[in-house]
Amino acid sequence: MTAAPLSPIDLQIMWSRLIAVVEEQAQTLLRTAFSPIVRECGDLSAGVFDTEGRMLAQAVTGTPGHVNSMAESVKHFLTRFPCETMAPGDIYITNDPWMGTGHLNDFVLTTPCFHEGRLVALFSCTSHLMDIGGIGFGPDGTDVFMEGLSIPFLKLAEKGALNETLMAMIRANTRLPVDTEGDVYSLAACNDVGCRRLSEMMTEFGLTDLGPLAGHILARSREAVMAEIAALPKGSWRNEMVVDGYDAPVTLAVAVTVGDEGIHVDYTGTGPSAARGINVPLSYTTAYTVFGLGCVVAARVPNNAGSLAPLTVSAPPGCIVNALKPAPVASRHVIGQMLPDVVFGALRQAVPDRVPAEGTSCLWNLNVRGVAAADGGNYGFTMAVTSNGGTGARPARDGLSATAYPSGVKGTPVEIAETVTPLVFWKKELRPDSGGAGRSRGGLGQVIEVESRIGEPFELLAAYDRIDHPARGRDGGADGAAGYVGLASGSAFRGKGFQTVPPGDRLVVLTPGGGGIGAPGERNAERLSADLAEGLVTPEAAQRYRP
Amino acid sequence: MTGIGLAADIGGTFTDIVAERGTGPGIERFSVKRLTTHDAPERALLEGVEAVLAEAGAGFEAVTAFVHGTTLATNAIIERKGAHTALIATEGFRDILDIADEGRYDQYDLEIEKPRPLVPRALRLTVPERMDVTGTSLLALDEAAVRAAAARLAEARIEAVAVAFLHAYANPAHEIRTREILAEALPGVAVSLSSEVCPEIREFERTSTTVANAYVQPLMAGYLRRLEGAMAERGCRAPMRLMTSGGRLASVDAACRYPVRLVESGPAGGAILSAHIAAARGQAKTLSFDMGGTTAKVCLIENGEPLTARSFEVDRSARFLKGSGLPLRIPVIEMIEIGAGGGSIARLDATRSIAVGPDSAGSEPGPACYARGGEEPTVTDADVALGRIAPERFAGGAITLEPARAAEAVGREIAAPLGLSGEMGALGVLEIVDENMANAARVHAVERGATLGDHTLIAFGGAAPLHAARVAEKLGLPRVLIPADAGVGSAVGFLRAPVAYETIRSRYMRLDAFDLAAANALLAAMTAETADLARGAGGALEERRAAFMRYAGQGHEISVALPARALTGADTEDLRRRFEAEYRRLFERHIPDAAIEILSWSVAIGAPVPAPEPLAPVAPAAAPAPVGTRAVFDTAERAWRDLPVYDRAALAPGARLPGPALVVEDATSTLITARFDATVDSGHALLLTRKEPAP
Repeated sequence: MTAAPLSPIDLQIMWSRLIAVVEEQAQTLLRTAFSPIVRECGDLSAGVFDTEGRMLAQAVTGTPGHVNSMAESVKHFLTRFPCETMAPGDIYITNDPWMGTGHLNDFVLTTPCFHEGRLVALFSCTSHLMDIGGIGFGPDGTDVFMEGLSIPFLKLAEKGALNETLMAMIRANTRLPVDTEGDVYSLAACNDVGCRRLSEMMTEFGLTDLGPLAGHILARSREAVMAEIAALPKGSWRNEMVVDGYDAPVTLAVAVTVGDEGIHVDYTGTGPSAARGINVPLSYTTAYTVFGLGCVVAARVPNNAGSLAPLTVSAPPGCIVNALKPAPVASRHVIGQMLPDVVFGALRQAVPDRVPAEGTSCLWNLNVRGVAAADGGNYGFTMAVTSNGGTGARPARDGLSATAYPSGVKGTPVEIAETVTPLVFWKKELRPDSGGAGRSRGGLGQVIEVESRIGEPFELLAAYDRIDHPARGRDGGADGAAGYVGLASGSAFRGKGFQTVPPGDRLVVLTPGGGGIGAPGERNAERLSADLAEGLVTPEAAQRYRP
Repeated sequence: MTGIGLAADIGGTFTDIVAERGTGPGIERFSVKRLTTHDAPERALLEGVEAVLAEAGAGFEAVTAFVHGTTLATNAIIERKGAHTALIATEGFRDILDIADEGRYDQYDLEIEKPRPLVPRALRLTVPERMDVTGTSLLALDEAAVRAAAARLAEARIEAVAVAFLHAYANPAHEIRTREILAEALPGVAVSLSSEVCPEIREFERTSTTVANAYVQPLMAGYLRRLEGAMAERGCRAPMRLMTSGGRLASVDAACRYPVRLVESGPAGGAILSAHIAAARGQAKTLSFDMGGTTAKVCLIENGEPLTARSFEVDRSARFLKGSGLPLRIPVIEMIEIGAGGGSIARLDATRSIAVGPDSAGSEPGPACYARGGEEPTVTDADVALGRIAPERFAGGAITLEPARAAEAVGREIAAPLGLSGEMGALGVLEIVDENMANAARVHAVERGATLGDHTLIAFGGAAPLHAARVAEKLGLPRVLIPADAGVGSAVGFLRAPVAYETIRSRYMRLDAFDLAAANALLAAMTAETADLARGAGGALEERRAAFMRYAGQGHEISVALPARALTGADTEDLRRRFEAEYRRLFERHIPDAAIEILSWSVAIGAPVPAPEPLAPVAPAAAPAPVGTRAVFDTAERAWRDLPVYDRAALAPGARLPGPALVVEDATSTLITARFDATVDSGHALLLTRKEPAP
């Protein structure tokens, strides 16, 4: 490249390259992570930041809850470790739920990137580790201290020397020391790859700093989102959605205000923090709120500080979506992932043709643990078998069956689950009639049945919602089917917390369906007969579609 | 008189036929192109073969090798024109194809649709039976239920059945018994078993692959047997071989049993040709780069062999996004494909940045400069607007380009809205498409743990020679090779592929509890099965074995070579060392003390890859006088510059051309940027060499 001034074309090429750099960073993490939920499900995030902590680019590979919360966490790293103190070979780490990504299982690593001796950027990444000690991954803790090892903002490495004391502490505080250590290395390696690629790119383009490029990226992205917002009706819309909560229903209330400066979402009116770990730090609330908004107003704009800036979030301190330390937060995703639905409920009053009905929204993972086979080691097995319910109907399309939304995680293959646990799945199939009836039908949930193969009990760490409060249909569409968890022998389980499946009995999980849109009588006759032929709707339930 | 090597490549638009006589420098090559006859693909093929043999002055009896590749299987899947197919699955698992991976291929798009399974839910039946992960039966096969299912399928006039039971890779007994029952109840109906088509763990991919095999089997078997008969009738004594997606040749028998392996065989031929070209020139590391009208494909080749993978997706519905297609778990030459070709449409996105593709103007209406009604600016329009394509020579003069329309379209949609000059708008389009291709190559490399740097870029396809030098600059590659006859590259590649077959089977085993007897029994059985499928390869056969290993609990396996003999106790420790070495190579560190597990095993048997004869050196010669000059807008200087134009047909081996220059031929044009010089080697390839080391 010649030393020509940076034209709009050059800036655009560099932006495109920067996105490729962080994608390479994420792919490295995806390929080297130990935590199965990262590798099989993409529960990670990776991005590059300028020296003011503004996110410039973020990998498409990743999950929304990490996206925007990681974006904020880098600012906290900069407060604790100012730029002038940073040295090549440093790596910073935390798992602080409030300043990181919402619970202790997520490690965030930030690495300063030096080019020709100058600090030019920060690479950050996060992923979900399978075990961080405490009472284990689930909502049963009554404060954050019960939920595992807490790592404040620390140096994981200083000028290239690994902090062996910290690594020893981490190893000593997890049930899975080898995997956890491997994951820490994999996080560190992915930042290194990103930094190396950035440095190569700066050499190729003759850059000494990222200032002009950062300015271009942030301005263009902000303008694009503002243009989308300008096309929306202006005003303020409210919505309330009640979900199951841990031991009492939780009201999630929202006001979405679309103005000339952006969209603000406020959660005043939302219920208080819960006694158990379904509370949500504001960082995670912001992440999923902005993700929901982004699907509607910024789906085609790359994620960065510029595109995120017009989307702001507030919540009264102490409410369940702005839980304060030391509230327990391990299963913050159960409530957090409901937030796009809450926001959509307000937005649909403004743009009814662009938002879906309510869906399952929370993950219906089978978090199981127990005694493994005789040679299984000291701690037996622990596994999160990822599974999902149906999504809400779209205005012009049916909802998606057995599909993760808003999280981006993928389901675990049954054969893999049976390879690494002593369990046998007797059923994992779509659940007929679970999609809310309507002109557009909600997506279907699943029926899952699991038993121990070795005649031992196993434990389920339930963290489910939409058992008492199914996904609501709209405009005359029916609600999706409620979720259910219990034993084949008959007794129902609680939707949250530890429960034991005795040997010989089967765990039965019915994941929820999505809500429908429009009166069922308005459904296109061909689509209804196709559903009947496919067995997605049974003849009895088809009565609901009679006009 | 030496024999004739015959290759036929049936593509979506053209059927290419190539005949070769002799080897080395004296090789004679004859080729014809015919429009594909979709109603009976063998018609165009046979006509083409007759034409090419006539040109060579030989009859069918002179053919000593006949290799065929076809998109027939791919098209049947994409157009959903395969057999009326049913699936029989384990009770409780009717919806494996719908549940798939429960993911969304686009995180932010609320309107995505999932790929439609090849078998509708109404034709997916289940029967009680269950194997566990070790292959122990937990529930016996309910044979009455199989008979009942068969009766329903008979009533539904099913043409093909896929049987895919859980953990059938570990014990196929229930699947085999099911086929026996189906054979009685549904005589003549093709049955595909997951334990044979794809005996690998992960039920969604295995079921999807088995269903695709059943779906294309009646069509492919019928076609291949017809063609085999027609060739024999005409006096052809050479056995027909089929090109597979893995770059190996299969017998007609093997292809009829596992036709899913024929999907995407055309691009494999291109990669094989690249590998051959690289080997003949002693290039150990190359990157094959094929850019046509709609897509660009990139493939890494190391030590003369294209990298392979174990799965890919067919029929990606949405913008080439991962996850939007149907997964097939078969041995494939690993390629990354993106929506970047000459016809790719350029536009401004939401951030007023230039975006190129994946939408394509195709050949109808085509780019704006074709003057056939296309209004949107394409990559070809940008190339034309900047003078890189001589309008009168395009496609051998078949289409007369109108440069004014190209400039107008780029100006209207790109340059004017951005406040740029027309040239800078067009340059932006080209820079973005080149950047997209370079980024795709980088991601491909990182996924394979390779570092690009000293690779040679081998460019073929209509648009690649124009873009290859700039892509090489972006990737920091020192050499670009533009082979001769790139237009029928896939068919030529078919003639360079070895006859071989690979079998992959899952059998879980921890290295710290390695069951030597079980591993040896498994490998021996796989060797017997594979040798049967590779029968007729001729000559000395090579056997290659590998294990797909990972740290316990990880999600991705890496391939580790095994000795092609019975394993002994000493091999276990050696396996750990080999795994750790490979892991370090890919991921830069290994994890001491972590348990290692093997998920799957592979046995490949076949003829060794034919070693090409090294090219004879040629004495450097001065370039002939340019046939003219053209004003071309230069990327680095961002200014117009007069470039000498050379006629490729007039360039003799040894000719040296200093860059920048333009080399024109009927099928394409090569842009030699100022950073490169070019020479013509004795194989008539253009070799571009970087003038100075990269900064």
